[in-house]
Amino acid sequence: MREASRDKWKAFLTLLPSMILIGVFVYGFIGNTIWTSMTDWGGVGSLALVPEKNFVGLENYIDLFTGFLGSGFRQDLVNAVYYSVMLLAGAVGLGMFIAILLDQKPKGEDVLRTIFLYPMSLSFIVSGTIWRWLLAPQGGVNVLPKYFGFEPLNFKWLSSQSAVLVFNWQDILRILVSFAAFILILTGVYMLRKDQSKAIKRWLVPGIALGAFVWLFGDIIPSALFMEEEHGFNLATLGIIIATIWQYSGYTMALYLAGFNGISQDLRDAAMLDGASQAGYYRHVAIPMLKPITISAVIILSHISLKMFDLIFAMTGPDNAATGHPALTMYLTTFRANDFAKGAAIAIVLFLIAAMFIVPYLIGQYRQRGRR
Amino acid sequence: MITRKFTLGSVFLYGTLTLLALFFLMPAYMAAVTALKMPADISLPTAWEWPSVINWSSFSQAIEKLKPDFINSIILTICATIGSTMLGSLNGYVFSKWQFKGSEVIFTLFLFGMFIPYQVILIPLFQTLRAMNLYGGLPGLILAHIVYGLPITSLIFRNFYAQIPTALVESAKLDGAGFFSIYLRIVFPLSIPGFVVTSLWQFTQIWNEFLWGICLTRHTANPITVGLANLAGGQAVTWNLPMAGSIMAALPVLAIYIFLGRYFIRGLLAGSVKE
Repeated sequence: MREASRDKWKAFLTLLPSMILIGVFVYGFIGNTIWTSMTDWGGVGSLALVPEKNFVGLENYIDLFTGFLGSGFRQDLVNAVYYSVMLLAGAVGLGMFIAILLDQKPKGEDVLRTIFLYPMSLSFIVSGTIWRWLLAPQGGVNVLPKYFGFEPLNFKWLSSQSAVLVFNWQDILRILVSFAAFILILTGVYMLRKDQSKAIKRWLVPGIALGAFVWLFGDIIPSALFMEEEHGFNLATLGIIIATIWQYSGYTMALYLAGFNGISQDLRDAAMLDGASQAGYYRHVAIPMLKPITISAVIILSHISLKMFDLIFAMTGPDNAATGHPALTMYLTTFRANDFAKGAAIAIVLFLIAAMFIVPYLIGQYRQRGRR
Repeated sequence: MITRKFTLGSVFLYGTLTLLALFFLMPAYMAAVTALKMPADISLPTAWEWPSVINWSSFSQAIEKLKPDFINSIILTICATIGSTMLGSLNGYVFSKWQFKGSEVIFTLFLFGMFIPYQVILIPLFQTLRAMNLYGGLPGLILAHIVYGLPITSLIFRNFYAQIPTALVESAKLDGAGFFSIYLRIVFPLSIPGFVVTSLWQFTQIWNEFLWGICLTRHTANPITVGLANLAGGQAVTWNLPMAGSIMAALPVLAIYIFLGRYFIRGLLAGSVKE
């Protein structure tokens, strides 16, 4: 018995160095960054090796979201949100589509799978460099139609100055509340089939009330900014989105393909016997069964799009405002402008957005393990 | 009727797959074609055309420029891969076969480290390495890669060791084998595929990493990704060099992927936490 408990200690001690490393380098450092983001990092003396930091509370964050100089950061944040949404839709959609095609077991499946997945093994710097050349304004992708007898395109993939889906930052709070109302109503409608009274009580009524409130009394909600400031989705980001989808749809394909292969042939045959068409089988049987895979893919892709740095750096350089991303602004603010405090605040904003997805996901995984 | 439907379907299937394959191969073709052209022959309107004269000298130029960075990356990748894989194997062994009260919570806390945007730890990491006199060189970068590699390596090994029957470990315990002798005599010899998967995964990740490379190293210790970004950056680039450099930076990981793709995909799937 004493032997066994000594072995338990050995197990614990084996894990201990890693626990300390993770504790310091992950949790300690996150805490440190939170603290840094609430200081002024010594203001003018910021270049000193050990600057004298003064606590300033949330001032850096207020500056970023409502300050005059934070306009660039706000545009980056808006851009990053659009970028994440489009990357998710594109990579999950295309990956799922390719996986369904390959699930038909065409000839040469192995070779095709290799072709679709190889971009995943490359560095973002490599793919970014190549895509920058492919998206050059008068060449690359733009001249391709010429070979089929069409006019060449002249879209400026990486340097376009136009923006779509523009909104006024003053309205940001109203927009967020409306969005929350929309989500509540959508969930309510979706839940109606399962549990009618709960759906109405928990989702529909609050959603409609919230929506009506914004619609009728939206003026009560304060404006986020003292002046008008327009932000939208910069079209120059499209090139970067295409490159990212190119690189990551093979990954979602691999996830779905592994999932499809895991579904038993019996189940598939049964669905077919019940009169399901090919499309019906995927729509009603296979894809709902692979919901955990979809969730994993969404989590990992949104994590990737939130920290996206390398690809944008390689495709448009760090200073291109039109394709800005908070991850790049953080680097520039910290290491070029030496404004460590504000850089830390940007990093924390990114971290909090990422944590919104990841914490529930990890807790769910943890519970799932506990049940078995 | 059935045969006709079959052919229509398969025409659509193969047609779409061919188009998609062309889209996925397009950048590789473009990189190869541009790298093989004479610098004077590279122009935007003719970018897609096969070179009239094959010119290999871009590669030797790129090799000459990127050689120090390439060597840095090799040292960095090998050291950090070995370090994080060894530690990950021990952690995975504890997490799967020697669970104690709270070990699942610790495991979840480990996993969280895999999903943070690394910008959030960049500033303290930079300062800590500077305080430890490790800033600027390879040892600091190796340390960072080992530490932040721990979550994924522990995860892959934990799931891998979960497949080893617990009865095997239990009976060894009854025979009087202890913690380390079970690891050395039973678990480790069964781990070879786990080590292959994990080290290939770590190798590609570390080889491709850029953010820490650019923030934590001085010029002499730059990894290949930073070297390539410098080579391709700037306004007046002749495109043959960056393309040759890209191919050079991609080769080691592409080779792993093409020849050991099976293991690479397993690492990929393991990274999605799903068990």
